[in-house]
Amino acid sequence: MIDILDLTADVLVAGGGPAGAWAALKAAQAGADVILVDKGYTGTSGATASAGTGVWYVEPQAREAAMASREHLNGHLSDRRWMARVLDQTYANIHELATTGRYPFPILADGSELRRGVQGPEYMRRMRAWLKRGGVRVLDHSPALELLTDPTGAVAGVAGHRRQLDQPYRVRAGAVVLATGGCAFLSRALGCDVNTGDGALFAAEVGATLSGMEFSNAYAIAPEFSSVTKTAYYNYATFYREDGTVLEGAASQSGRSVIARALLNERVFARLDLADDTVRAAMRRGQPNFFLPFDRMRIDPFEDRFPITLLLEGTVRGTGGVRVVDDDCSTGVPGLYVAGDVATRELICGGFTGGGSHNSAWAMSSGTWAGTAAARHAAALGTTARRRRPVSAGQAGLRPTGVVSGDHREVVRAVQAETHPYLKNYLRRGDRLDQALATLDELWADTRAHLHGSPVEARQAAAMVAHARWMYTAALARTESRGMHKRLDHPGTDPSRRHRLLVGGLDELWTAADPVRPHTPLDLAVAS
Amino acid sequence: MIELISADRCVTCDRCIEACPTNVFDRGVDGVPVIARQADCQTCFMCEAYCPTDALFVAPTVAPLPAGDPLRDEEHLVATGLLGSYRAGIGWGHGRTPGSRLAVGPDITPPA
Ligand SMILES: Cc1cc2nc3c(=O)[nH]c(=O)nc-3n(C[C@H](O)[C@H](O)[C@H](O)COP(=O)(O)OP(=O)(O)OC[C@H]3O[C@@H](n4cnc5c(N)ncnc54)[C@H](O)[C@@H]3O)c2cc1C
Ligand code: SF4
Ligand code: SF4
Repeated sequence: MIDILDLTADVLVAGGGPAGAWAALKAAQAGADVILVDKGYTGTSGATASAGTGVWYVEPQAREAAMASREHLNGHLSDRRWMARVLDQTYANIHELATTGRYPFPILADGSELRRGVQGPEYMRRMRAWLKRGGVRVLDHSPALELLTDPTGAVAGVAGHRRQLDQPYRVRAGAVVLATGGCAFLSRALGCDVNTGDGALFAAEVGATLSGMEFSNAYAIAPEFSSVTKTAYYNYATFYREDGTVLEGAASQSGRSVIARALLNERVFARLDLADDTVRAAMRRGQPNFFLPFDRMRIDPFEDRFPITLLLEGTVRGTGGVRVVDDDCSTGVPGLYVAGDVATRELICGGFTGGGSHNSAWAMSSGTWAGTAAARHAAALGTTARRRRPVSAGQAGLRPTGVVSGDHREVVRAVQAETHPYLKNYLRRGDRLDQALATLDELWADTRAHLHGSPVEARQAAAMVAHARWMYTAALARTESRGMHKRLDHPGTDPSRRHRLLVGGLDELWTAADPVRPHTPLDLAVAS
Repeated sequence: MIELISADRCVTCDRCIEACPTNVFDRGVDGVPVIARQADCQTCFMCEAYCPTDALFVAPTVAPLPAGDPLRDEEHLVATGLLGSYRAGIGWGHGRTPGSRLAVGPDITPPA
């Protein structure tokens, strides 16, 4: 191992998916000296880069309807004021991406651009080039491992590891933006194996709270053998049993749990038989990566029935994450900001995102606010920021309290055994959640005391255990069904529980209700 | 999973080593990358997109393929047009139109 790389910056951004890229760009535009560190490579890493996304890009006159359309699905936990801000900010960012960012959107017959979606590789390579032009220093293959704090508890930088050089690094900074994505528990969902919930663990270790962690059981459709969890086109599918009969009730939207239930006992097949020739051709242009598994396995998805599975996407297409306490995406911990999937998306998505566009809009909007605020925070600190003596905040996986034993691979297998199965996480029931949580609590105690080794892998394993415990603690506390959180033992929605749910802690966990600001016509009617 | 690196096509530019999000490759002694950690491959196809000479192939399966599988055979992949097909699909490479320019998909909900 070589000597530690020691750097300073005004703003440190951890994670270079869309949220981190926008945060770094906006911090740099605000005059900050910015370092962006990514576990993988900024441009290819994260859910967006390989998947691509629809974007919640809505013309002003259509926004009222756009906001209203999702409130029932999301369990009425979103906030109109935040939705409106995100719609405004996303509209502005997409315009900037098309012009200064040079993203080549499709040009329609009337000469206008179609701006409601981005192809992942293209979007993120343009973002990378833009960051470089903007003077942001990018460290690839350099996962952050922990936050650094000053003696008052304010966040003062990060420490991490440059994996291709086997070199530890430390960046002292005036403010930190966490944009490390959600957690998909190494399920192989497209592009998501870098998303192991690291940022949520870092934030909790310095005292931040989480919110909406019960909304963490997104499962996506993929061909059985593959990683390609692109689900939108399955709206054109019919689902079948092995004997060729139709699986009644199964659908991509509001029928996915029927698929999960069937998969417990049998194989399930799909065929995109509702697509006519025009639609087929448009699909190929719209999402070339959707067809990779089919073309390479010589399957015609429009004519052949092919086996499917559901892969866990956890909080990547769930909505839970670090609680946002203010408009600037601050966390309540001085110097710490969050953006993208690491932050709760309930403010605009409530308890459901599904087929989305909201996620990408949230990533770029929250990135913009977090980056701008981080730059302002660092500027206010001035040169005192660099004189602070930082203390390491990382615990589980880095600094075991007992004798070192065990291996991160065993921990990962154990946490996957509690989170991947449909019976535990998707088709939720109190007794099964209780049992899974008890196992996870033990696993946490063990991990905290004994896990040590390859720092990146050990930290990822610890982060996943922490994530799973927050998820199930919140899922047990919400004794009703709302948004994507469905309890078989509490199938109804309980009007008295229309609040968000905070969860916090590392060893001992707690939950608390967090009221939703009145904002919809329904609330106003009730209030008057 | 990543299954093929063609030493004949590779120009040892290191792009795939840099671009792979999960750090699957190491640089070999001759400069041609080696698949050092196949088990970490997340089947995201990004290395293919970044390889300027279409020297890489990612099978769409999340488990490694057996030795004789045609998807590990360069000749077969060339003959079937699969080698380099993702890069072509997104319109990357000299003289191509970026696929994002043409990405007008269907309505997400089929007409009833
Ligand atoms: C298949 C698929 C399809 C989707 N389709 C849509 C859609 O149509 N519309 C929509 O709105 N949303 C969609 N989503 C969701 C969307 O992709 C995410 O919400 C979005 O990518 C979030 O951006 P992010 O920057 O927060 O996270 P990511 O894009 O996941 O990026 C996180 C980054 O953080 C890095 N990182 C992780 N840990 C560390 C660490 N410890 N240190 C440093 N860096 C770290 C990762 O390497 C990665 O680069 C889809 C997701 C998937 C998986
Ligand atoms: S498919 Fe993705 S994870 Fe696998 S080697 Fe290529 S870039 Fe790396
Ligand atoms: S990107 Fe292609 S040409 Fe460059 S090193 Fe990798 S395999 Fe070789």
